[in-house]
Amino acid sequence: MKKLRLKLKGVKNFLIGKFIFINGIISIIILGLILTFLVYNSIRFFSSYPFFDFIFGTRWSPTVTEKFGFVPLLVGSLEIAFGGILIAIPLGVGVAIYIGELAPRYIREFFKPIIEVLATIPSVVIGFIGLKTIVPLIKNVFNLSIGLTALAGSLALAFMSLPTIISISEDAINAVPVRFRHASIALGATKWETTTRTVFPAASSGIVAAVMLGLGRVVGETMTVLMITGNSPRIVFSWLQPVRTITATIAAEMGETVQGGLHYSALFAIGLILFIMTFLINLVADRYVAKIRNY
Amino acid sequence: MKSRYLKQNIWYSILLLLSIIVISFVFGIIIYLFIKGGPALSWEFISQKPSAGMREGGILPAILGTLYLIIGTVIIALPVGVFSAIYLNEYARKNRLTRIIRLSIINMSGVPSVVFGLFGLGFFVMFLKFGKSILSGCLTLGFLILPIIITASEEALKSVPDTYRNASFALGANKWQTVVRVVLPQALPGIITGSVIGIGRAAGETAPIIFTVVAFSQPNLPNSIFSQVMALPYHLYVLATQLPNAPEDKQWGTALVLLIIVLFFTVIGAAIRARARMRRRE
Repeated sequence: MKKLRLKLKGVKNFLIGKFIFINGIISIIILGLILTFLVYNSIRFFSSYPFFDFIFGTRWSPTVTEKFGFVPLLVGSLEIAFGGILIAIPLGVGVAIYIGELAPRYIREFFKPIIEVLATIPSVVIGFIGLKTIVPLIKNVFNLSIGLTALAGSLALAFMSLPTIISISEDAINAVPVRFRHASIALGATKWETTTRTVFPAASSGIVAAVMLGLGRVVGETMTVLMITGNSPRIVFSWLQPVRTITATIAAEMGETVQGGLHYSALFAIGLILFIMTFLINLVADRYVAKIRNY
Repeated sequence: MKSRYLKQNIWYSILLLLSIIVISFVFGIIIYLFIKGGPALSWEFISQKPSAGMREGGILPAILGTLYLIIGTVIIALPVGVFSAIYLNEYARKNRLTRIIRLSIINMSGVPSVVFGLFGLGFFVMFLKFGKSILSGCLTLGFLILPIIITASEEALKSVPDTYRNASFALGANKWQTVVRVVLPQALPGIITGSVIGIGRAAGETAPIIFTVVAFSQPNLPNSIFSQVMALPYHLYVLATQLPNAPEDKQWGTALVLLIIVLFFTVIGAAIRARARMRRRE
């Protein structure tokens, strides 16, 4: 009897171990499932639409002429993302240096929760505010017929990528050991010289990671760009014209497709490319994050 | 010598200015929403169904829809996330598999929300044939916030000192008993904080629910987990861009209600964390 009970206990512990293990690897399972179902649903598109016409095609006109050229969407996404990041870098890194190096403790304790609040404002709310404020502003300032432009998207996305850039840059700055700063000050440098010539270079790989993660966030952002960038799938190299991103295309067009049809499958195909893009950005960023942990 | 300090002061001022700009933008958005949306808030607005093609009445179905989605999402994501964190912190060895798991969690948190929406459509709605339903939506959102819950729970488990575990082992408890009865209760505040932040995130997401659960207009309340619902973020999107001449006050009111719900969870999460920290210091 006692032997049986011990055996049962062994089985129980074995099952618990397995159960915990499956939960432990759930993130791998989910990533695998996401990849599988993106591929599975885009097979129809890749097998029936010429690959080069897709990758190098310059027209996205799925309903009228059944043309699925990826270039306008890619240009739209990159244009808005790089515009946003260029605005966000000076602001984000500046704030991170201020919070991490200069600000007294009470100001830091005051600023950090506010940055966290910014990260939680839903993208549809930012899009809505952008629609009511940035869009008319751009229309008036640049005297355009319509304010829904790439610039509006870039401005809103810059704002949305700030929490990521600030918090990760600040972590990087904090990871630089105090002895680096002491050494620099002992050599006669001012505090600001210490920040720019010692701390900043030492934290630079973390700051690069912060910017890349911000870029990943911005490339994948959907609702804001859907609401304020005008959604016109044409190739334009001006920030004062409407553009359309990969994400907005998926969100806007999925509702009107026939499930299982070519258009439906094409949207999964561009989703797959988006998934791969952000995956690579995150992988590279992780390499840079790993570097600052070595101090 | 003087010029070096002058330079320092100039740069300090610039950085301070940048910080003030960013902070005031955050405050600006929130205050502006309250000013514009405040007058639209009324008991009628949050307790009535929309009428006259959503141009009149209230947003009750959207509020309730969002609450249903939040509850379902937590029921799905919390246990899985906590057990996943338990595996990583208590059971996993330092090997290649663990490294891959950590990398997967980081990458999962970087997957764009619209891609989660596509996945939910392909897997839950079509492949598992759950249809456009609360169930599909909650599963999609649950997967989306899983990295947040895992990361927060693991941090919480990590902060429990090893002396607790050793004391429990010394009393003859096995690993599972130690985790469930000693470590988990200690880690609870951190886990709750993570979940609450995850809820806030789930409440505001739009792209993942467009294809998996929300209805353009569904004034009737759901009767099963296979029903469709309205949800606040999508309702705001519809009012702002899809419905011509939607009344301005309804738009601002909806945006404000959504923001209040999200901020509510953020503040609760922060409060629990602050309390736990103070207790630890005592």
